[in-house]
Amino acid sequence: MKPKIAFFEFTSCEGCQLEVLNLSGEELLDLLGDVDIVNFREAITERADNYDIAFIEGSISREAEIPRLKAIREQAKIIVAIGACACIGGVNCLKNHLTMNQALQMVYGDSAKYYDTIPARPINAVIPVDYYIRGCPPLTSEFVKVTKSLLLGKKPEIPGHPVCTECKMAGNICVFELGKTCLGPVTRAGCKAICVSGGRHCWGCRGLVDEPNINSEEEVLKKYGLTVEQVVDKFKIYNTYSEVMR
Amino acid sequence: MTQINVNVHYVTRIEGHGNLILNAKDGKIEELKWEVPESPRFFEAMLVGRHYDDVHHIASRICGICSIAHTTASIQATEAAFGIKPSEQTIMLRKLLYDAELLESHVLHTLFLAAPDFLGVDSVLPLATTHKDVVVMALRLKKLAYNLAEALAERKTHPLSCVVGGFAKLPDLNVLKALRKRLVDAYADLDVTVGLFKTLKIPDFVRETEYIALRDPKEYAFISGQIASSDAPAVAINDYLNVTNEFCVPHSTAKYAKNKRDAYMVGALARFNLNFKQLSPRAKKVAKELGISAPNHNPYMITVAQLVETYQALDESISLIDQILNKGLKEEPINVKPRAGKGVSAVEAPRGILFHDYTYDENGIITKANCIIPTNQNHNNIQKDLEALVPGILNKPENEIRLMMEMLVRAYDPCVSCSTHSLNVIFK
Repeated sequence: MKPKIAFFEFTSCEGCQLEVLNLSGEELLDLLGDVDIVNFREAITERADNYDIAFIEGSISREAEIPRLKAIREQAKIIVAIGACACIGGVNCLKNHLTMNQALQMVYGDSAKYYDTIPARPINAVIPVDYYIRGCPPLTSEFVKVTKSLLLGKKPEIPGHPVCTECKMAGNICVFELGKTCLGPVTRAGCKAICVSGGRHCWGCRGLVDEPNINSEEEVLKKYGLTVEQVVDKFKIYNTYSEVMR
Repeated sequence: MTQINVNVHYVTRIEGHGNLILNAKDGKIEELKWEVPESPRFFEAMLVGRHYDDVHHIASRICGICSIAHTTASIQATEAAFGIKPSEQTIMLRKLLYDAELLESHVLHTLFLAAPDFLGVDSVLPLATTHKDVVVMALRLKKLAYNLAEALAERKTHPLSCVVGGFAKLPDLNVLKALRKRLVDAYADLDVTVGLFKTLKIPDFVRETEYIALRDPKEYAFISGQIASSDAPAVAINDYLNVTNEFCVPHSTAKYAKNKRDAYMVGALARFNLNFKQLSPRAKKVAKELGISAPNHNPYMITVAQLVETYQALDESISLIDQILNKGLKEEPINVKPRAGKGVSAVEAPRGILFHDYTYDENGIITKANCIIPTNQNHNNIQKDLEALVPGILNKPENEIRLMMEMLVRAYDPCVSCSTHSLNVIFK
């Protein structure tokens, strides 16, 4: 029996599922040979309530999403959170800096009463999660790697070191040397430092490393004449929900 | 007594969530509704207080599939607020990046999301066996579009290198040269798609509505121009609120829109109807082959108009690469001086016109944001289409009615996950 896999999304842009659809022909057909996709609303019409592995994209931001997520947990043997919204809360949590009434009023005005909204949270704030495929969006290569090791019954290896290691390997000039703020020193690697390679800085979308050395980040900031506030402000974009912020 | 109950909870093969409900008894419709229960995302609230350099990065996350459209609209709105005029080189690179998104999105929609309905299957998966050449070809076209976006902005979903004032990193000319060759080869793939679509039976349903799209006297508009309408003279993008007239309805978290009539349409068919004359000769020729001429009032033909536009995107991207290779690229310093003020931008996402409207303080921090997405503008038109379509097909079996309704929604290529909204409430 091939394992049955399902995709579900909550509050999100669905970019993670698009990245899965972005697998090359061979990768996709190879994967399809090993599994049965039984639920993938964005791509297929068939739906089933019987699946082994559930990939979940998006954060939880409505009461009504909580029972739906719990029902998936009861059914699935393995839950994999995919993308920043599901893994760490992501950009959706930016609205948590407002009261829910403020946010509703701002966007819907007099019609605010129609809408159900709660502070956004990652899925592990609601159910236990077995594995994480991080990033905004995640790398398709990491998706393939994690899925393959799950199919082999192995625990996927997830890097615990900071982005800086990969950034040096990518041959980038340090963003701090350019006088800008970067979250690379405290952010979990695995992205190959794609943002810095693209001419930007690390935004922290993969969440904190296992043991973030906050003191050394502060030292780095001091060395380059930057403030903690500047970093915290950047950190809010994806990591509002993290313990460091709360 | 005959009773028909169609209840599609979450229409599949669209981006985001939408439900279809039809209850009819003895040939009388009791309830017919297109519901949009998507989780509201509150982007306009999330953007308030953010520095301009973070704004397009966050705004990109409104939608995974139109992230280049949202990023471009966001950057252009900020530039409009600060009075920045992007260089000719920057505009060329932005258009090229845009073509990549249009190509990818249209291929995904026409071949992966819409085509299975016409071929009588539930998804693209069975087509991997029955129409393997088409699936392999679609994957090849998608990969090409991704690689083009990667060359310009490091990735397609949530692009990186395009920033306020220009590009943080320039593409490698050799990579562009290699991509040019693959773009030329892609015509053959698209021709196969056209061949397939010529054999498909598109439902014959006509409902004329108002069509709205960007129009630029210089070219078939994607990222510049004025707001054109089939029913009224074009207006400046700063006056977009007079066109969109958004309103809330109880059964939907998304807002609805209307202008001169009770509803209007945006997207590939609206662009095709309004700007047909500016299509490239090749795109016009394909339109003729596919039996579509402007104006066309059949919403099921949106998918066909998208296919015509993929040729437009190929033609434009090859021409842009030629110009870039000819002129070369030069490092341009990015100088951004924030100033207090308001800026509006409109671009044509693959599924229709979208607007970003920002107000900044003198430090370059957003004090107010408004974003209007294409699908919100189409919801109302989808509802009106359903009301015109369903009475004429009530005598058909329930599963056929359901399929016709689902195909109609899918034709619009809706992208409901965007779920951004508009309101003029000042944040204090």
